Amino acid sequence: MQQEVIITGFGGQGVLFAGLLLAYAAMDEGKAVTWIPSYGPEMRGGTANCTVVVSDEEIGSPFVKNPSAVLAMNLPSLDKYEKLVKPGGVLVVNTSMVNREVERTDITVVSLPANEIADEAGSKRAVNMVMLGALLGNLDILPLEAIETALAEHLPARHQKLLQTNKDALQMGAKYKAVKVSGE
Amino acid sequence: MAKELIKGNTAVAEAALRAGLEAYFGYPITPQTELLEHLSLRMPELERVFVQAESELGAINMVYGAACTGKRVMTSSSSPGVSLMMEGLSYIAGTEVPAVFVDVVRGGPGLGNIAPSQSDYNQIVHGGGHGDYHVIVLAPASVQEAVDLTGLAFDLAEKYRSLVCILLDGSLGQMMEPAEIPPMQPLKTEIPDWAVRGTDGGERRFLTSINLDPPDQERLNYRLMTRWQEIEAEEVRYKGYYLDDAEFVVVGFGTAGRISLSAVRAAREKGVKVGLVRPITLAPFPNTILDELAEQVKGFLVVEMNAGQMLEDVRLVVRGRKPVEFFGRMGGVVPYPDEVLTEIERLAAGPLTTEGHPRDRWLARMDKVLE
Repeated sequence: MQQEVIITGFGGQGVLFAGLLLAYAAMDEGKAVTWIPSYGPEMRGGTANCTVVVSDEEIGSPFVKNPSAVLAMNLPSLDKYEKLVKPGGVLVVNTSMVNREVERTDITVVSLPANEIADEAGSKRAVNMVMLGALLGNLDILPLEAIETALAEHLPARHQKLLQTNKDALQMGAKYKAVKVSGE
Repeated sequence: MAKELIKGNTAVAEAALRAGLEAYFGYPITPQTELLEHLSLRMPELERVFVQAESELGAINMVYGAACTGKRVMTSSSSPGVSLMMEGLSYIAGTEVPAVFVDVVRGGPGLGNIAPSQSDYNQIVHGGGHGDYHVIVLAPASVQEAVDLTGLAFDLAEKYRSLVCILLDGSLGQMMEPAEIPPMQPLKTEIPDWAVRGTDGGERRFLTSINLDPPDQERLNYRLMTRWQEIEAEEVRYKGYYLDDAEFVVVGFGTAGRISLSAVRAAREKGVKVGLVRPITLAPFPNTILDELAEQVKGFLVVEMNAGQMLEDVRLVVRGRKPVEFFGRMGGVVPYPDEVLTEIERLAAGPLTTEGHPRDRWLARMDKVLE
């Protein structure tokens, strides 16, 4: 069993850390996992993404063209990755940063206003946790508790006071369930 | 020891330190810099030597000097930086002192870019520096393997008084994976009988790469070459996947090897009997297994992140007995598994030929791949 997740958004949206948490949680669950960031010069002030592969066996390619899930944190990410999600895969869209509908009808789409939800959870910066929560609520990859444990262990010390906020954000994101979008 | 999630560059640095690295000399360059950065923190903590040199030339010559003491020493860089080190590497080889260097390969030629590549294969495996010498080249495909091979690199360097290169690519340097790093080893206490150790009143020891008398130089060359024969007999490492019933075999190292593993699995699901050989030592090259497979299989596919550099070594082993095809991406472009799968299916579908050169056929197909 292998799942591939691409998390993509603007630099500063916590894209890389969300992927890291997923990777930590996967490792602690005894899975094989790879985490690879985009590390080109385009990172500065531009888009950022990371690819996380979680598997029960030795992982081949850490690079994935057609992932089983994409977290699109903004419009450029949706425009680039909507067409690349594997048929039957999951696309989580942050509607706070996107002004159009998803066009694909052969994938599971989870749409949620992650910025507003993060705000409600207590911190605008928890938008990555909201999105990650929404993924775990809709894709059988890891239990939410594994992410919460990883969060407690790997949230940088200076942010530990935001631990509960981040956990709340994860839980609130996980409540959003996929709706079948209509192609018509 | 528990596994930790760690970046390839950082993992190699920590593994080197725990293997008893006593002196590091380097100069920053992406996508290798985390290696130097990690050692800049850890080496002073342990009261060991860390020097950020003024340039790659400075760094490699500091390695040369420090290696003459018989201590565990290393440097690391990325392609253009390693090019600058070639003169010093040749001197180290000519002096027969052990040293380890890491090349985290990026797209080239020239300044190129910072994306993952394997285009330093020829520079590292087939020389680069002047003169008759060989470098033991280790090519991990995962962070754990990079850790394991780092310890091995120092052991091999000392055993054979040789240069050992750990050849990574940008993605292995930047990727995080769970890995278990061995515990801290005690530093070496005995000084090898060839090493310089200061004027303690003992016999004079002299290390140099100058041999003005050609017959002297020839004896040195002979020693290096016979030692290399021993290395070829003893130190070949590779990993084989799905070879037992394979009718076709993919050959790829490092990241190209693991990308090929995904493609091989996908092809197996479609019923193609294909296996994979992933060379772990690029030098010495795993000739024997490829020679045996040349009798077993219908054809080979070599996959690299370059224009077919290891391809020539595979062709030398296969010697036209079976068709060899090639697929590569260049300049920092990384192939996806589906591209390799397409090539495997092309191989399986045939028709195949042993005529012409696989690079020419690949270049003709690349015309359509390039945007």
